[in-house]
Amino acid sequence: MKFSITVTLKKDVLDPQGKVVQNTLMNLGLNLKNIRQGKYFEIEVDEKDQTKAEKNIDVMCKKLLVNLIIEDYKINKL
Amino acid sequence: MKSSIIVFPGSNCDRDIAVALEKMQFKNKMIWHKETKLPKSDLIVLPGGFSYGDYLRSGAIAGKSLIIDEVIKAANEGCLILGICNGFQILTETGLLKGTLLRNKNLKFINKDVQIKVMNNETRFSNKYKKNELLKINIAHNEGNFFTDDNHLQELNDNNLIAFKYCDEKGIINEESNPNGSLENIAGIYNSKKNILGMMPHPERMVDKLISNTDGINLFSSLLN
Repeated sequence: MKFSITVTLKKDVLDPQGKVVQNTLMNLGLNLKNIRQGKYFEIEVDEKDQTKAEKNIDVMCKKLLVNLIIEDYKINKL
Repeated sequence: MKSSIIVFPGSNCDRDIAVALEKMQFKNKMIWHKETKLPKSDLIVLPGGFSYGDYLRSGAIAGKSLIIDEVIKAANEGCLILGICNGFQILTETGLLKGTLLRNKNLKFINKDVQIKVMNNETRFSNKYKKNELLKINIAHNEGNFFTDDNHLQELNDNNLIAFKYCDEKGIINEESNPNGSLENIAGIYNSKKNILGMMPHPERMVDKLISNTDGINLFSSLLN
Protein backbone atom coordinates (compact mmCIF):
# COMPACT_ATOMS: atom_id res chain seq x y z
CA MET A 1 0.00 0.00 0.00
CA LYS A 2 1.36 3.41 -0.98
CA PHE A 3 0.76 6.77 0.64
CA SER A 4 1.81 10.32 -0.02
CA ILE A 5 2.57 12.81 2.70
CA THR A 6 2.55 16.54 2.13
CA VAL A 7 4.26 18.66 4.74
CA THR A 8 3.65 22.39 4.80
CA LEU A 9 4.63 25.21 7.11
CA LYS A 10 1.89 26.32 9.49
CA LYS A 11 -0.03 29.43 8.53
CA ASP A 12 1.75 31.85 10.87
CA VAL A 13 5.28 30.55 10.24
CA LEU A 14 7.40 32.72 7.97
CA ASP A 15 8.32 31.01 4.70
CA PRO A 16 11.19 33.04 3.22
CA GLN A 17 11.89 30.47 0.48
CA GLY A 18 8.28 30.59 -0.66
CA LYS A 19 8.46 34.39 -0.69
CA VAL A 20 11.53 34.40 -2.94
CA VAL A 21 9.92 31.88 -5.31
CA GLN A 22 6.79 34.03 -5.37
CA ASN A 23 8.75 37.20 -6.14
CA THR A 24 10.64 35.45 -8.93
CA LEU A 25 7.44 34.19 -10.53
CA MET A 26 5.98 37.68 -10.32
CA ASN A 27 9.15 39.12 -11.90
CA LEU A 28 8.53 36.69 -14.77
CA GLY A 29 5.21 38.44 -15.29
CA LEU A 30 3.15 35.59 -13.84
CA ASN A 31 0.17 36.42 -11.74
CA LEU A 32 -0.32 34.80 -8.35
CA LYS A 33 -1.60 35.58 -4.92
CA ASN A 34 0.54 33.50 -2.56
CA ILE A 35 2.96 30.56 -2.39
CA ARG A 36 3.86 28.29 0.51
CA GLN A 37 6.73 25.89 -0.07
CA GLY A 38 6.61 22.41 1.48
CA LYS A 39 7.90 18.83 1.36
CA TYR A 40 6.52 15.68 -0.23
CA PHE A 41 7.12 12.04 0.68
CA GLU A 42 5.92 8.77 -0.87
CA ILE A 43 5.91 5.79 1.46
CA GLU A 44 5.17 2.19 0.65
CA VAL A 45 4.21 -0.16 3.49
CA ASP A 46 3.70 -3.91 3.62
CA GLU A 47 0.21 -3.83 5.15
CA LYS A 48 -3.19 -4.79 3.77
CA ASP A 49 -5.38 -3.06 6.36
CA GLN A 50 -5.65 0.60 5.36
CA THR A 51 -6.51 1.87 8.85
CA LYS A 52 -3.50 0.11 10.32
CA ALA A 53 -1.26 1.36 7.55
CA GLU A 54 -2.42 4.94 8.01
CA LYS A 55 -1.80 4.70 11.74
CA ASN A 56 1.69 3.46 11.02
CA ILE A 57 2.36 6.36 8.63
CA ASP A 58 0.98 8.81 11.18
CA VAL A 59 3.51 7.56 13.75
CA MET A 60 6.30 8.09 11.18
CA CYS A 61 5.13 11.66 10.65
CA LYS A 62 4.97 12.44 14.34
CA LYS A 63 8.26 10.74 15.23
CA LEU A 64 10.48 12.05 12.47
CA LEU A 65 9.07 13.40 9.23
CA VAL A 66 7.24 16.42 10.61
CA ASN A 67 8.26 19.09 13.09
CA LEU A 68 4.89 19.63 14.73
CA ILE A 69 5.84 23.04 16.11
CA ILE A 70 6.08 24.60 12.67
CA GLU A 71 4.62 22.11 10.19
CA ASP A 72 1.26 20.57 9.27
CA TYR A 73 0.87 17.37 7.28
CA LYS A 74 -1.65 15.51 5.18
CA ILE A 75 -1.64 11.78 4.43
CA ASN A 76 -3.22 10.53 1.20
CA LYS A 77 -3.60 6.99 -0.11
CA LEU A 78 -2.16 6.61 -3.60
CA MET B 1 35.21 17.80 35.54
CA LYS B 2 34.43 15.14 32.97
CA SER B 3 32.96 15.96 29.59
CA SER B 4 31.76 13.95 26.60
CA ILE B 5 31.41 15.34 23.10
CA ILE B 6 29.00 13.46 20.86
CA VAL B 7 30.31 13.17 17.31
CA PHE B 8 27.93 12.70 14.38
CA PRO B 9 28.73 12.22 10.71
CA GLY B 10 29.01 15.83 9.54
CA SER B 11 29.95 17.36 12.90
CA ASN B 12 32.75 19.85 12.26
CA CYS B 13 33.15 21.83 15.48
CA ASP B 14 33.77 18.77 17.67
CA ARG B 15 37.53 19.29 17.72
CA ASP B 16 37.26 23.01 18.42
CA ILE B 17 35.11 22.39 21.47
CA ALA B 18 37.48 19.61 22.58
CA VAL B 19 40.42 22.03 22.38
CA ALA B 20 38.46 24.62 24.37
CA LEU B 21 37.44 22.10 27.06
CA GLU B 22 40.93 20.65 27.38
CA LYS B 23 42.40 24.13 27.65
CA MET B 24 40.09 24.60 30.64
CA GLN B 25 41.29 21.30 32.15
CA PHE B 26 38.15 19.25 31.43
CA LYS B 27 38.80 15.53 31.09
CA ASN B 28 37.15 15.01 27.75
CA LYS B 29 36.08 12.02 25.69
CA MET B 30 34.81 11.93 22.11
CA ILE B 31 31.75 9.68 21.74
CA TRP B 32 30.66 8.35 18.34
CA HIS B 33 26.89 8.57 17.78
CA LYS B 34 26.53 4.80 17.36
CA GLU B 35 27.65 4.13 20.92
CA THR B 36 24.92 2.99 23.28
CA LYS B 37 26.71 3.80 26.54
CA LEU B 38 27.96 7.14 27.77
CA PRO B 39 30.92 7.39 30.12
CA LYS B 40 30.04 9.12 33.39
CA SER B 41 30.04 12.80 32.48
CA ASP B 42 29.36 16.09 34.23
CA LEU B 43 28.91 17.79 30.87
CA ILE B 44 27.71 16.47 27.51
CA VAL B 45 28.29 18.61 24.43
CA LEU B 46 26.45 18.37 21.14
CA PRO B 47 28.81 20.20 18.79
CA GLY B 48 28.24 22.38 15.75
CA GLY B 49 28.39 21.20 12.19
CA PHE B 50 26.07 19.74 9.60
CA SER B 51 25.11 16.36 11.01
CA TYR B 52 23.78 14.12 8.22
CA GLY B 53 24.15 17.00 5.77
CA ASP B 54 21.12 18.71 7.35
CA TYR B 55 18.91 16.11 5.61
CA LEU B 56 15.17 16.35 6.35
CA ARG B 57 15.65 19.22 8.85
CA SER B 58 18.82 20.42 10.59
CA GLY B 59 19.45 18.07 13.51
CA ALA B 60 16.45 15.82 12.78
CA ILE B 61 18.37 12.65 11.96
CA ALA B 62 21.06 13.16 14.62
CA GLY B 63 18.24 13.70 17.11
CA LYS B 64 17.21 10.06 16.60
CA SER B 65 20.66 8.45 16.80
CA LEU B 66 21.44 5.58 19.15
CA ILE B 67 23.37 7.61 21.73
CA ILE B 68 20.58 10.18 22.07
CA ASP B 69 18.53 7.97 24.44
CA GLU B 70 21.51 8.03 26.80
CA VAL B 71 21.84 11.80 26.44
CA ILE B 72 18.15 12.25 27.28
CA LYS B 73 18.51 9.94 30.28
CA ALA B 74 21.55 11.86 31.55
CA ALA B 75 19.77 15.18 30.98
CA ASN B 76 16.80 14.02 33.03
CA GLU B 77 19.18 13.03 35.81
CA GLY B 78 20.52 16.59 35.86
CA CYS B 79 23.68 16.23 33.78
CA LEU B 80 24.74 19.52 32.14
CA ILE B 81 24.09 19.57 28.40
CA LEU B 82 25.48 22.16 26.01
CA GLY B 83 24.29 22.28 22.40
CA ILE B 84 26.07 24.73 20.12
CA CYS B 85 24.72 25.66 16.68
CA ASN B 86 23.82 22.30 15.09
CA GLY B 87 23.87 20.97 18.67
CA PHE B 88 21.12 23.47 19.55
CA GLN B 89 19.13 22.30 16.53
CA ILE B 90 19.60 18.68 17.67
CA LEU B 91 18.42 19.56 21.20
CA THR B 92 15.17 20.99 19.82
CA GLU B 93 14.68 17.92 17.62
CA THR B 94 15.08 15.60 20.62
CA GLY B 95 12.58 17.66 22.60
CA LEU B 96 15.12 18.42 25.35
CA LEU B 97 14.61 22.07 24.44
CA LYS B 98 11.33 23.44 23.14
CA GLY B 99 11.07 25.60 20.03
CA THR B 100 12.88 25.22 16.75
CA LEU B 101 15.42 26.91 14.48
CA LEU B 102 14.06 28.08 11.14
CA ARG B 103 15.95 29.16 8.04
CA ASN B 104 17.57 32.59 8.46
CA LYS B 105 15.12 35.32 7.53
CA ASN B 106 17.38 36.70 4.79
CA LEU B 107 17.94 33.16 3.40
CA LYS B 108 21.72 33.62 3.66
CA PHE B 109 24.28 31.53 5.46
CA ILE B 110 25.66 33.99 8.02
CA ASN B 111 29.24 33.70 9.22
CA LYS B 112 30.36 36.69 11.27
CA ASP B 113 31.19 37.87 14.76
CA VAL B 114 28.11 39.31 16.43
CA GLN B 115 27.41 41.01 19.71
CA ILE B 116 25.31 39.12 22.25
CA LYS B 117 24.10 40.08 25.70
CA VAL B 118 24.15 37.82 28.77
CA MET B 119 20.51 37.85 29.92
CA ASN B 120 20.88 35.55 32.92
CA ASN B 121 24.18 35.19 34.79
CA GLU B 122 22.90 32.92 37.53
CA THR B 123 23.23 29.54 35.85
CA ARG B 124 25.85 26.81 35.74
CA PHE B 125 26.80 28.08 32.28
CA SER B 126 26.97 31.81 32.93
CA ASN B 127 27.91 32.55 36.55
CA LYS B 128 31.32 34.00 35.60
CA TYR B 129 29.73 36.62 33.37
CA LYS B 130 28.15 39.84 34.56
CA LYS B 131 24.45 40.41 33.95
CA ASN B 132 23.95 42.27 30.65
CA GLU B 133 27.62 41.74 29.78
CA LEU B 134 28.28 42.13 26.05
CA LEU B 135 30.20 39.40 24.27
CA LYS B 136 31.49 39.26 20.74
CA ILE B 137 30.95 35.71 19.51
CA ASN B 138 31.04 34.13 16.08
CA ILE B 139 27.91 32.76 14.45
CA ALA B 140 27.97 30.51 11.39
CA HIS B 141 24.61 29.09 10.40
CA ASN B 142 21.86 28.85 7.85
CA GLU B 143 19.07 27.87 10.25
CA GLY B 144 19.41 30.01 13.36
CA ASN B 145 16.10 31.81 13.33
CA PHE B 146 14.66 30.82 16.70
CA PHE B 147 10.91 30.25 16.70
CA THR B 148 8.50 28.94 19.30
CA ASP B 149 4.86 29.19 20.35
CA ASP B 150 3.47 32.00 22.51
CA ASN B 151 3.20 29.83 25.64
CA HIS B 152 6.83 28.82 25.49
CA LEU B 153 7.96 32.38 24.77
CA GLN B 154 6.02 33.50 27.83
CA GLU B 155 7.62 30.71 29.88
CA LEU B 156 11.11 31.73 28.67
CA ASN B 157 10.50 35.33 29.71
CA ASP B 158 8.71 34.60 33.00
CA ASN B 159 11.31 32.13 34.24
CA ASN B 160 14.42 33.92 33.02
CA LEU B 161 15.27 31.10 30.59
CA ILE B 162 16.68 33.28 27.84
CA ALA B 163 20.46 32.87 27.96
CA PHE B 164 21.65 35.34 25.32
CA LYS B 165 20.15 37.89 22.94
CA TYR B 166 21.63 39.44 19.83
CA CYS B 167 22.32 43.15 20.25
CA ASP B 168 24.47 45.93 18.82
CA GLU B 169 27.79 47.19 20.21
CA LYS B 170 25.97 49.46 22.64
CA GLY B 171 23.85 46.56 23.88
CA ILE B 172 20.69 47.71 22.15
CA ILE B 173 18.41 44.83 21.25
CA ASN B 174 16.38 45.64 18.14
CA GLU B 175 15.60 44.46 14.64
CA GLU B 176 18.79 45.94 13.19
CA SER B 177 20.90 43.93 15.62
CA ASN B 178 19.03 40.70 14.88
CA PRO B 179 21.10 38.79 12.32
CA ASN B 180 18.73 35.95 11.50
CA GLY B 181 15.16 36.92 12.41
CA SER B 182 15.03 35.11 15.78
CA LEU B 183 12.02 35.83 17.97
CA GLU B 184 12.92 38.62 20.43
CA ASN B 185 16.57 38.42 19.22
CA ILE B 186 17.01 35.15 21.12
CA ALA B 187 20.47 33.58 20.60
CA GLY B 188 20.31 30.90 23.30
CA ILE B 189 17.87 29.36 25.77
CA TYR B 190 17.77 27.11 28.84
CA ASN B 191 15.34 24.35 29.73
CA SER B 192 13.20 24.89 32.84
CA LYS B 193 15.79 23.25 35.15
CA LYS B 194 18.57 25.30 33.54
CA ASN B 195 20.83 22.26 33.14
CA ILE B 196 20.50 22.38 29.34
CA LEU B 197 21.74 25.29 27.24
CA GLY B 198 21.22 25.57 23.49
CA MET B 199 22.86 28.46 21.66
CA MET B 200 23.61 29.40 18.06
CA PRO B 201 26.82 31.42 18.70
CA HIS B 202 30.11 29.50 19.03
CA PRO B 203 31.83 30.21 22.39
CA GLU B 204 34.44 27.53 21.60
CA ARG B 205 35.76 29.76 18.81
CA MET B 206 36.41 32.56 21.30
CA VAL B 207 38.96 31.08 23.69
CA ASP B 208 42.24 32.31 22.24
CA LYS B 209 43.38 35.90 21.62
CA LEU B 210 45.66 34.76 18.84
CA ILE B 211 42.79 33.76 16.54
CA SER B 212 39.79 35.70 17.89
CA ASN B 213 39.06 36.89 21.40
CA THR B 214 38.45 35.29 24.78
CA ASP B 215 34.78 36.18 25.30
CA GLY B 216 33.81 32.49 25.29
CA ILE B 217 36.15 31.42 28.09
CA ASN B 218 33.87 32.39 30.95
CA LEU B 219 31.19 30.01 29.74
CA PHE B 220 33.58 27.14 30.33
CA SER B 221 34.99 28.55 33.56
CA SER B 222 31.40 29.01 34.80
CA LEU B 223 30.91 25.27 34.35
CA LEU B 224 33.97 24.60 36.49
CA ASN B 225 32.78 26.96 39.20
